[in-house]
Amino acid sequence: MPAVGNSVARKDGIGKATGAAKYADDITFPGMLFGRTIRSTIPRGRIRSIRFDFDTAGFTIVDYRDVPATNAVDLMAQDQPFLVETEVRHMAEPILLLAHEDREKLNAASVEIDYDEEEPLFDPERSTQVFKSIDIVKGNVSAAIENADVIVEGTYRTGHQEHIYIEPNGVIAVPEDGGITIHGSVQCPFYVIKALRCLLGSAHPNVRVIQTETGGGFGGKEEYPSMIAGHAVMLAIKSGRPVKIIYDRVEDMVATTKRHPAIVRHRTGLTRDGRLVAMDIDVLMDGGAYVTLSPTVLSRGCIHAAGPYRCDDIRIQGRTVFTNTPPNGAFRGFGAPQTEFAVEVHMDRIAEQLGIDPVELRRINALRPGDRTATGQTLRDDCSAHMVLEEAIKRTDFSRKRKEYKGTNRTIGLALFYHGAGFTGAGERNLKSKARLELTPTGVRIATGSTEIGQGTRTMHAQIVTDALGIPYEDVEVAQPDTSKVADSGPTVASRTCMVVGKILEECAHEMKEKLGGLTPAEYYKRSGPFTVERMYEPPDWIQWDDKTYLGDAYATYGWGCDVVELELDPDTYEVRPLKVTAVQEFGRPIHPALARGQIEGGTAQGMGYALLERVVMRNGVMANSTLTNYTIPTTLDMPEMDIVMLENPYPGGPFGAKGLGELPMDGPAPAVVNALRHMGLDIREIPATPELIANCVARA
Amino acid sequence: MRTAVSELDMTSASSLDEALRALRDEKRTPIAGATDLYVALNFGTLEQRKFLDIWAVDELRNISERGDMLVLGALATYTSMIRSPLVVKRLPMLVEAARQVGGAQIQNRGTIGGNIANGSPAGDSLPVLAAADAVVVLRSADAERRVPITEYYTSYRASVMRPDELIVAVEIPPVEGKQWFRKVGTRAAQAISKIVVAGVRSAEPRISFGSVAPTVMRVPLTERALASGAGIDEAVRVLAQEIAPIDDIRSTAEYRLRVATNLLRRFWTETA
Repeated sequence: MPAVGNSVARKDGIGKATGAAKYADDITFPGMLFGRTIRSTIPRGRIRSIRFDFDTAGFTIVDYRDVPATNAVDLMAQDQPFLVETEVRHMAEPILLLAHEDREKLNAASVEIDYDEEEPLFDPERSTQVFKSIDIVKGNVSAAIENADVIVEGTYRTGHQEHIYIEPNGVIAVPEDGGITIHGSVQCPFYVIKALRCLLGSAHPNVRVIQTETGGGFGGKEEYPSMIAGHAVMLAIKSGRPVKIIYDRVEDMVATTKRHPAIVRHRTGLTRDGRLVAMDIDVLMDGGAYVTLSPTVLSRGCIHAAGPYRCDDIRIQGRTVFTNTPPNGAFRGFGAPQTEFAVEVHMDRIAEQLGIDPVELRRINALRPGDRTATGQTLRDDCSAHMVLEEAIKRTDFSRKRKEYKGTNRTIGLALFYHGAGFTGAGERNLKSKARLELTPTGVRIATGSTEIGQGTRTMHAQIVTDALGIPYEDVEVAQPDTSKVADSGPTVASRTCMVVGKILEECAHEMKEKLGGLTPAEYYKRSGPFTVERMYEPPDWIQWDDKTYLGDAYATYGWGCDVVELELDPDTYEVRPLKVTAVQEFGRPIHPALARGQIEGGTAQGMGYALLERVVMRNGVMANSTLTNYTIPTTLDMPEMDIVMLENPYPGGPFGAKGLGELPMDGPAPAVVNALRHMGLDIREIPATPELIANCVARA
Repeated sequence: MRTAVSELDMTSASSLDEALRALRDEKRTPIAGATDLYVALNFGTLEQRKFLDIWAVDELRNISERGDMLVLGALATYTSMIRSPLVVKRLPMLVEAARQVGGAQIQNRGTIGGNIANGSPAGDSLPVLAAADAVVVLRSADAERRVPITEYYTSYRASVMRPDELIVAVEIPPVEGKQWFRKVGTRAAQAISKIVVAGVRSAEPRISFGSVAPTVMRVPLTERALASGAGIDEAVRVLAQEIAPIDDIRSTAEYRLRVATNLLRRFWTETA
């Protein structure tokens, strides 16, 4: 029986189920100190003075003057300091670091900071500081819109969203052997290495990062661990001892990144019978106080902003701007959930205005193989927009229910969506990801920087190697990501771990198989000893991309989805009770059906939370409801029955035909929910669609 | 930032006498299930520093009948109320409220006395107690007194209880008429109330709201309108004047007002 396509036992299953798995806070080192971050309590201003209201004996105290080389987190720009020097740009910005061997003494230490406060800027629409702007032009929108029979306009808003990985951010920095080792809950160990090189410079060349067992990431551990690791390292250097920093839930919610809030404007021209003739789209994202990854989030958001539709004349203008709020960052979907929410709600408004059935409107316009996307990419045979749409309609008896529910407190709605897999454009080519297979006395070991963060990396990679090599699944082990021992296979982000890194591993396995010449790994090892195979990712040669014009093949392939949501509205309380979610998704081929289903179920639940419940209340530039009591994610009682349908349409460039899956499920639920509400006559154009928002809408109606 | 617990001073009492002496002599904040305390502790907003753990004072755990009164010991947990045949028979709306408090762990630890003492306007059991005309029994080392729940709170999280007093029990007279309870939380379970209502339908209806004012409140004008036969539309109009909810991190004044009036109608139809 092949491993691929079967739900084999998880490589990390026993450890997690028995509690043997070690997370960052489970690990201690002799002489270890605990670290704590002293943060700003104003959104904007300058530090005037700092006073320690505690006995500092026994404490290690670090401020910006202790930075060994560069006081900047090395991401897309070097604008964000590890520690504030004088200028505070957002609430909860790190200013000082304290370490002590007694966690209690550390928590009790009180630091008073006086500021000269300045007027903060919270409204992205009023911000003039643009981190990045993008202009995608296909055809001639202004000319085409003149010829349209109908023009439909609308503005759509999405809020912050918090990741709520089960394990908060945390790392331990350990000085050893003339270098420093970081053990931490991280998605991208090599990002941390890059950041530490910049922070430390040539005085500390030997840095090493080991990923500890990680309790979820969803993008929240993509860039932020670089910050925490830098803090722990500075405390470790100054004290000469291991230092552990673990955020509690409140600190994690207040200080770390969230999904970018967005405002998306559409102006769309159509023929009277519903064909898209011009799409003019404006995307604004609130980047927060520093650049971090906002330009790439904006990029993915813009590329997906026209939805899975064909239209010859499209213009997408986007910008991400500064505000005095904690920087927003990577979060499952990376800009696309915001813009796909907008376009899908807009499509249902168009259907309403034209008097066309929303399914029919999508049938007329959905992309087919051979069509060109907004960036001018010609889609190949692995484009499945119509396939997922038709399956979802048929399976849910959509049209009948749509009619039947009209005028009741029950309703049904859908969203059609897609998600590009892997890095954008030339990204994968520039990344030069590597993966390695090592022959061991009993089998093979996978040595990549790809992290297991709950999504199944180890298992799925082992399955690919198992079948490509033709050996038992049990003979494949997966190394813990340790930057001194594994190949840099790029970050564990962007739905690329299966499709891209899995592909390199498949090729490594083929090469290894050839070398083995018919012997099993154990036989070969006994005769000739160990060897390793390392290969670099080669993206498909047809990919053409121009970063200046934003034209070309944005992604090697796309996953496709159609979500149908049925729900009920409580007439007294305006609470929405989801009754059923049908998620039809095509992502090439599931390597591990149970894990793939888990990704879809989890992403759908996260999307339902985004749609209905998860409201970040910002007060004076900081999250005011930063507890799990007041920031509510869905419980099992908030989630209805889910019908998960995994359709197959193999991508020839992926391992065993697989595309990326991780982010796709996040794009659909929010617009499907809001479109269902629209069918009840509720004109909602923003999320979360809380009962408060719905009540206002009912009052207006 | 989490409160440093080593800075806190806690002693425990294993009998009521011991607890009352400690409160008289040492000015401590009594804690039992500590379910609300932990939220403040984790959020770093805990103000008190000296505590008295009364969880082991078993004599406060009983649920019983005294004369025609239902008596809930202050340490009766939500779980014990849910399981109590007496509560199920006499005060089903309290069972309903208890079922909707947190999850199983919170229901096992949280107590009726704690819900009263914490004094959150969102406390789920409080509208039930108010609608049932419950009486809070306060005892100090020297004396005992009884205060109707409707007179117990003086303002937001403030009450008539003195620092040397302990809530030892709640007494609930027989409730005539159909009982009704509805909680509107921020999600389907494990949620804090945005609005909570308890009602008793009788010739003189009794209706109480949580989360629409600084304290739990009865709505006497609305009750009078209904008792006088003025009709539900008039009662809804009166209610809208009688309550003045606020915006907070969980909801808005507008929503609370609108939902309160909707729920008044629902109560009236469902108990007709």
